[in-house]
Amino acid sequence: MKAEKKGFLANEGFQSVLASFLCILVGILFGYIVLLLINGEGANKAILAILKNFMTYPSRAAQMKYLGNTLVKTAPLLMCALSVQFCYKAGLFNIGVAGQYVAGAGMCLYAALIWKLPWFLCVPFAMLAGAALAAVTGFLKAYRNVNEVISGIMLNWITLYSVNMLLSPAKEVSSPYTVQVASTNPSALIPSMGLGSLFSKNKYVTIAIPLSILCALLIWIVLNKTVFGYELRATGLNKDAAKYSGMKEKKNTILTLMIGGALAGMGASFLYLSGYEQWSCTQSSVPGMGFNGIAATFLGGLHPIGTVFSSYFIQHITSGGSFLDKAVYPSQISDLISSIIIYLCGFVLFFKTFLNSRLSARQDAGRKGGSGK
Amino acid sequence: MTAEMEKTMEHMEPGSQPYAIEMLHITKRFPGIIANDDITLQLRKGEIHALLGENGAGKSTLMSVLFGLYQAEEGSIKKDGKEVRIQNPNDANDLGIGMVHQHFKLVHCFTVLDNIILGVESTRNGLLEKKEARRRVAALSEKYGLKVDLDAMVEDITVGMQQRTEILKMLYRDNEILIFDEPTAVLTPAEIDDLMLIMKSLAKEGKSILFISHKLNEIMSVADRCTVLRRGKYIGTVDIKDTTREELSRMMVGRDVQLEVEKNESRPGKEILKVSNMSVASKMHKNNAVKNVSFTVRAGEIVCIAGIDGNGQRELVYGLSGLEPLAGGQIFLNGKDITHASIRERSVLGMSHIPEDRHKHGLVLDYSLEYNLILQGYFKQQFRSRMGFLKRPDIRAYANKLIEQYDVRSGQGAVSQVRSMSGGNQQKAIIAREIDKEPDLLIAVQPTRGLDVGAIEYIHKKLLAQRDAGRAVLLISLELEEVLSVSDRILVMYEGEIVGEFDPRKTNREELGLYMAGAKKQDPGRRSGTGINQEGGPSHES
Repeated sequence: MKAEKKGFLANEGFQSVLASFLCILVGILFGYIVLLLINGEGANKAILAILKNFMTYPSRAAQMKYLGNTLVKTAPLLMCALSVQFCYKAGLFNIGVAGQYVAGAGMCLYAALIWKLPWFLCVPFAMLAGAALAAVTGFLKAYRNVNEVISGIMLNWITLYSVNMLLSPAKEVSSPYTVQVASTNPSALIPSMGLGSLFSKNKYVTIAIPLSILCALLIWIVLNKTVFGYELRATGLNKDAAKYSGMKEKKNTILTLMIGGALAGMGASFLYLSGYEQWSCTQSSVPGMGFNGIAATFLGGLHPIGTVFSSYFIQHITSGGSFLDKAVYPSQISDLISSIIIYLCGFVLFFKTFLNSRLSARQDAGRKGGSGK
Repeated sequence: MTAEMEKTMEHMEPGSQPYAIEMLHITKRFPGIIANDDITLQLRKGEIHALLGENGAGKSTLMSVLFGLYQAEEGSIKKDGKEVRIQNPNDANDLGIGMVHQHFKLVHCFTVLDNIILGVESTRNGLLEKKEARRRVAALSEKYGLKVDLDAMVEDITVGMQQRTEILKMLYRDNEILIFDEPTAVLTPAEIDDLMLIMKSLAKEGKSILFISHKLNEIMSVADRCTVLRRGKYIGTVDIKDTTREELSRMMVGRDVQLEVEKNESRPGKEILKVSNMSVASKMHKNNAVKNVSFTVRAGEIVCIAGIDGNGQRELVYGLSGLEPLAGGQIFLNGKDITHASIRERSVLGMSHIPEDRHKHGLVLDYSLEYNLILQGYFKQQFRSRMGFLKRPDIRAYANKLIEQYDVRSGQGAVSQVRSMSGGNQQKAIIAREIDKEPDLLIAVQPTRGLDVGAIEYIHKKLLAQRDAGRAVLLISLELEEVLSVSDRILVMYEGEIVGEFDPRKTNREELGLYMAGAKKQDPGRRSGTGINQEGGPSHES
């Protein structure tokens, strides 16, 4: 009876979706305003270009090809988002995901280019590297109560420069980039299994994409159906009750972060073993993939399946930025717009609370009118 | 309804004393419940008016409306006969309404005087000017017999003195209407007597007092009138001189309640828990919170640890349950050394623990009821498949069994979110979970805290049933009534030590009070302490 009265607006799942869409809308609006401020005339065209992304191309073949490119970069983003989400459910904020991603990238490229291992060994190595890095954060958190955010961020930098150093031997002579996986060790490329032909022979489209979605499903099952997930969420919701009931809080903290790290590392291998990108050994900023994963997981309403869509959306606008008219807008503008939208994604929880308070206020008012004497 | 209205009307007859505050037909709704349904409360000038009701009866909501924290949807508030609007606590302050909260709102690293003047400090040229304030506070303290040390740090003074500081805070602000929210919960018997005298003297000086409580004895001894609420509804207002404890409890609960606990003789069996020379470190200071404590609990008896809050009971339980490591000593359960056993091992070996703080330790509030009911057993074959999946149908069936057996009420049964349940039913869920484990030792820490008479009766019966089923029960309680009526043996704890052991039939509140306050101490040799030499123990003459 109560549920009927509240209606679908009070439904938890619906609220999450609504909040996410509100964030997207406000984010786009903000982005549009920034475009207007920089150059009023081109703003309409520019915002459309960002939103349309690959749809800008007239031919269907080109559209599919560039949709493929967006998907290639969605897979690692989704993995990073899942990493953040998995830890978040256990009450840990895994901001170290960026570093774990970098560790994964470094390790899988090293395994592919130096050791010349096949892809199905390179991916586990990437996962191991991510997990090992996360374990450091986990141990410090569990045994020394070092805040995982602080140690995570610090490790991000250490990892970045270590990986730059590690991959220098695999660097091209004339550029800071690592040598092509495709030409050095083709066996390290994740197979396409015919998926590429669906996207106008986009050779970067591999089984990494369906694998990442499979991971999202797996995470959902682990969290909701297993004893491990039960412990994990109990720990996240109430650490003291978890301890009281005899859960191994320290073990779970470390294990959770390690799984998160493995997911992030796997995500990195999904990108770098597709051959789409090479590692630049002189880069001095941690790749944004991990940080965007944080946004994607919140925009996805902290639900593994919602995160699949939010990851795609974030990658969609990020890629869409490259379609801006570079003559009118500086090249950084696309990153600025997408980062504004991503920033707004963090407000999903705020929107939800706001929505709920409005809802209960309206309900109060409704009852008052209805039952007035 | 009409009878209730008549009762209200009685007190509106002409010629009665004027009202300091009237809350007329207050209705306040929250999504899903009506917290206050047409409630009328009239506080006369210079009277002590008790507000009685079970947990969740709407007392706090009503006080929050009076304090401006909530706005009522219907009804009005009158001060001295004139209608007023109280939009926020500042409005309440301006109208002279002050409140002593259950949990004091004091700054611990400030002196008593600084706390009293905080927020209404007088200044000269932008600098604090405390001379005048000190004179005024001293005068108030003299006038009402509120003994405090103005220059002591709040963190160093007793709880009773902290409460007097709170009262002085209200008086310093010239509040005329004083609300006391469950003020005796944290006090020793002697301090309670003092507080009663203070309240009476305040009323005599013309202050109007609202006294929120569920302790019938205190209401009977200090209040002039009493308004009773039940499940958000106004039940009635009675003159204390024309009523009895039994009538009040019937009004509050809606049925006859057994106020005295009925129990048979205890038949202690073998030793279940043995604690020797246990010490537990304190989180607050460098000394141990539990110092060299030794005692035993046998099958078929309820041993109660009495004491004033903060004398090491919490740390004692943490040490026993494994939440904190011991600083020294040993613990044996069924003869097995569990000093270094993990929490889970202790639980599996037959220890159940009803924790002091059900929200912090006892429950995962955002989990469903069924998930909370398996919190101590989710890892067992019964609920866990070999692949590590939860056996959801089995969990549901088990939860439904417990819900029925222990009468745990909630909105949507097994899938209700525990956060949405009432305090009493949350506690019932914990008790169901801990008792259904069929433990050898049940540790119950303040199991009735914050619960209403009906729920307390239920929990006492359950504890006694455990005892009669041959289990050892260790009860930690701050309520002397409970200590005296439920236990078979009483250990008094003071500053981390056990300072006395008593037979509940041969002692009384006053005697226990002296030990709880540290005024007296038994010679450790006289006690049966370790439980080995039971001949000498005062509790086994039966």
